Amino acid sequence: MFKKSAEKSYNWLDDRFKITPLVEFMRHKQVPIHKHSLWYYMGGVALFLFLVQIVSGILLLLYYQPGVDSAYESIRFITTKVSFGWLFRSVHSWSANIMVFFVFVHMFSTFFTRTYSKPRELTWLTGSVLLVLSLVFGFSGYLLPWNELAFFATKVGTDIAGAIPLIGDPIKLLLRGGEGVTGATLSRFYAFHIALIPAVFTLFLFLHLLFVQRQGMHEPEFFHKLPENKKRMMPFFPNFVLRDALLWLLVLNIIIYLAVFFPWEIGVKADAFAPAPDGIKPEWFFMFMFQALKLLPAHMFIMEGEVFGILFFTLAGLVWFTVPFWDVFIKESMRPKIMKLFGISVIAFILILTIWGYLV
Amino acid sequence: MAFNRRAFLNTILGGGVIGWLGSIFYPVISFLIPPKIPEANVQSVNAGSIADIALNSSQILKFGRTPVLLIRSKTGEFKALAATCTHLDCTVQYRQDRQDIWCACHNGIYNLSGRNLSGPPPKPLSEYLVNIIDKEVIISKPKQMG
Amino acid sequence: MDKKLSIKLFVFFCSCLSIILFATTVQSQEKAKYGEDDQCIVCHKDEEILPEDFSEFDIHLQTGLSCKGCHGGDETSDDEDLSMSSEAGFIGVPEKIEIAAMCGKCHSDINFMRQYQPRIATDQVQQYHESVHGKKLAQGDTKVADCTSCHSVHNILPAIDARSTIYALNIPATCKKCHSDKEYMAEYGIPTTQYDEYVESVHGVALLERQDTGAPACNDCHGNHGAMPPGIASIGHICGTCHVNNQEYFSKSKMAIEFQRDELHACEECHGDHDVKKTSDDMIGDSDSSTCVDCHEEGEEAYDTGIKIRQSLGGLVTAYDSAATLLKTVEHAGMDDLEMSYAVKDAKQSLTQARTLVHTFDFEQVKVKTDEGKTFVTQALKLGNTQMQDLRFRRLGFGIATFFMTIVLVALYFKIKDIERED
Ligand code: HEM
Ligand code: FES
Repeated sequence: MFKKSAEKSYNWLDDRFKITPLVEFMRHKQVPIHKHSLWYYMGGVALFLFLVQIVSGILLLLYYQPGVDSAYESIRFITTKVSFGWLFRSVHSWSANIMVFFVFVHMFSTFFTRTYSKPRELTWLTGSVLLVLSLVFGFSGYLLPWNELAFFATKVGTDIAGAIPLIGDPIKLLLRGGEGVTGATLSRFYAFHIALIPAVFTLFLFLHLLFVQRQGMHEPEFFHKLPENKKRMMPFFPNFVLRDALLWLLVLNIIIYLAVFFPWEIGVKADAFAPAPDGIKPEWFFMFMFQALKLLPAHMFIMEGEVFGILFFTLAGLVWFTVPFWDVFIKESMRPKIMKLFGISVIAFILILTIWGYLV
Repeated sequence: MAFNRRAFLNTILGGGVIGWLGSIFYPVISFLIPPKIPEANVQSVNAGSIADIALNSSQILKFGRTPVLLIRSKTGEFKALAATCTHLDCTVQYRQDRQDIWCACHNGIYNLSGRNLSGPPPKPLSEYLVNIIDKEVIISKPKQMG
Repeated sequence: MDKKLSIKLFVFFCSCLSIILFATTVQSQEKAKYGEDDQCIVCHKDEEILPEDFSEFDIHLQTGLSCKGCHGGDETSDDEDLSMSSEAGFIGVPEKIEIAAMCGKCHSDINFMRQYQPRIATDQVQQYHESVHGKKLAQGDTKVADCTSCHSVHNILPAIDARSTIYALNIPATCKKCHSDKEYMAEYGIPTTQYDEYVESVHGVALLERQDTGAPACNDCHGNHGAMPPGIASIGHICGTCHVNNQEYFSKSKMAIEFQRDELHACEECHGDHDVKKTSDDMIGDSDSSTCVDCHEEGEEAYDTGIKIRQSLGGLVTAYDSAATLLKTVEHAGMDDLEMSYAVKDAKQSLTQARTLVHTFDFEQVKVKTDEGKTFVTQALKLGNTQMQDLRFRRLGFGIATFFMTIVLVALYFKIKDIERED
């Protein structure tokens, strides 16, 4: 019975939209099976977490009220008075952080397998945009509860943006919506967080996924060299999708576990006139940059240490995100080794500075 | 045999999915139902209708996390003040016989404008606004500077 | 008609003009007041022999009372032989014994002082003569304080001026000049440690560190112009001006009668005088820091009362702490702590009141409050525990979701295996 009606509606749709080729395409899309297959799931997890963010974010929107004397109160209200509000708030916060983590993992996995090279340059580039957007997502969301730590972290964060030569001041003004971090900043960050960034993010995500589907899964070099009969493959649908679902379920459960047992803290309401408290910390994914800027001497070469740091990170970011376009100039035989070394040093740099940042 | 196994698996899977969806949608639905106190930020508190508030009387209202003392004077005017003593945080009270505000802890005395008159309190009590809207007494936070 | 109008207008303009002119001349006169036309200041400034503490902000100088007012002489002459001659009424440095009377010429005359401040007191000199300082001076002791010792000589400023030697925050340092000088005070046989004790005391910390001008400085207990050590009878009243309830409870207690009989100082006997420290519950009972045991011995009824009061306070403190701890836990867990925080606040209030009631030295009265506090604690704990139960309920919900998830997970796993076997 159920099967029949499902079939019927499928036929009805197929009649109009010709979806059979699409399903065929998915069925024929093959995912290589090898010892590094696990990494193929990372992007999917990031995607799933983005969906979790949308759902939990929309739910929070129902009760959240931006504004200097309502933001903090409304978050408190959500966690204490709205049933299961605590759950969705904690899920949103945990999942946001875990999403950033998986985006990083996903990026490094595509880097080390050198998936980014031709023909996938644009996939890499759209992914880069998505990473930056995720970070900005986190940065803008961090301020929304209007608590002390977030308030001062935002102050410091926007100050850093303001130190950029020439364009720094206008950027700072634009971000803050005024001279200082005030209610105007909160309104802006709210708009960025729930309208601007989600829209742009969705656009780039669409392109990113479109490219992936069009080009199929990347096969690593050693896989290329295997004889045709030794290449093990699995169909994208349903095999790979079901495995995806399995992992997503697990991840969601972990997030709910974290939300129940380690509810996200609310902190102390921000007071613009209070002195900055000890231990202002950016979010963990900005820690390495924050720490690096802190370690730089006041003056370097002809500029301030901070300016040097910002220029360095901008340049480093550019180098990193344009990797598909310059790695072709390295001799083919040397390429795997050099790129591996490069990637490992980047990870080591990030890890060491992050840990350092938390230790002091 | 193989067929049975598959049917069994499908049933378990289907049941599991339904149960799981239930455990996800139950919180979502309950979240959508507005809580008893529908607003997050206590900007104002309704103290009830004028007719129910006697002359020369007072009451303590919970204004979010802060208690507020609402006084109706002998002449019928309303006055709302933070009820937390500026000395050591006891809750102050209105004294009908003397028509002043008194803190029982160390005998701090304030006048009806909240000015600290005698005893240990170092500062006046901060004021809340009282508005009468449709014969209801509404207390609200004082306008903030900036 | 027209003519009349123009005359009127002319007169009007003229009077306006003259008012403006007058106003400006008055102003310029005021500006010229200090210095220029006072030959005393002109010469002494030129010769750089102005008094060491000379200040142009001195309130007398500002209102036109210049050198001549106290020293005599002729301020219009620039010939020192004339201006500082006895014919011109020059008296040089006034005798110490005369100073009070000299200030009193104006300050004891309400009709004169009224011009400057309608409510000003004019009994300072009279009070001074009743003070220890004044009495000793009358006996010929010139080491004691006169008006200028506290108010300064040439830098006199009103008490509300933060630069003044008698501004609340500066008073302890002003008294200290003499009273902390061991050598200087030696012949009087009184201690010189008051200042050092005071700065460490609750009052000293409040005044000097927190700059809370509501806290007492020396003069708030000893008086200003009539400075004296407070007598036995007045101590309670002095502390009682601020610590109203404590004084009231004490004065009605049995203890007060005994204190009077034995000529003991109320308040001071347990709390000290200059070195009043923050109180602790251990001041009562039988511990080492208890003040009860100074007079009472084991076996007396009073001794047992002390212990009982201490125990009931201690009981409430322990209960309160447990509620406060739970409140933190509830808050930290992101649970609803609103109702509970009110109950905890009430308990705190009972504790504060119970501590004040200690001054009745009546166990029953203290117990009423500590019992009340304990009911608030019970209420708070109940509210807190309900919240924590809710938290555990969440865990149950999590368990249910996980249960279903596990089923789906396992079934899915086998499903995938199935599909792959078929391929
Ligand atoms: C379109 C999707 C999204 C919507 C509608 C949304 C909406 C919201 C809302 C209303 C809040 C305020 C409530 C709160 O602070 O708990 C918030 C906070 C936050 N959001 Fe989002 N959000 C979305 C996506 C994301 C994404 C993708 C990230 C991370 C990469 C993110 C990170 C955060 C963070 C870190 C907070 C602060 C959480 C906290 O400290 O409470 N959000 N979001
Ligand atoms: S707490 Fe109110 S007078 Fe001490």
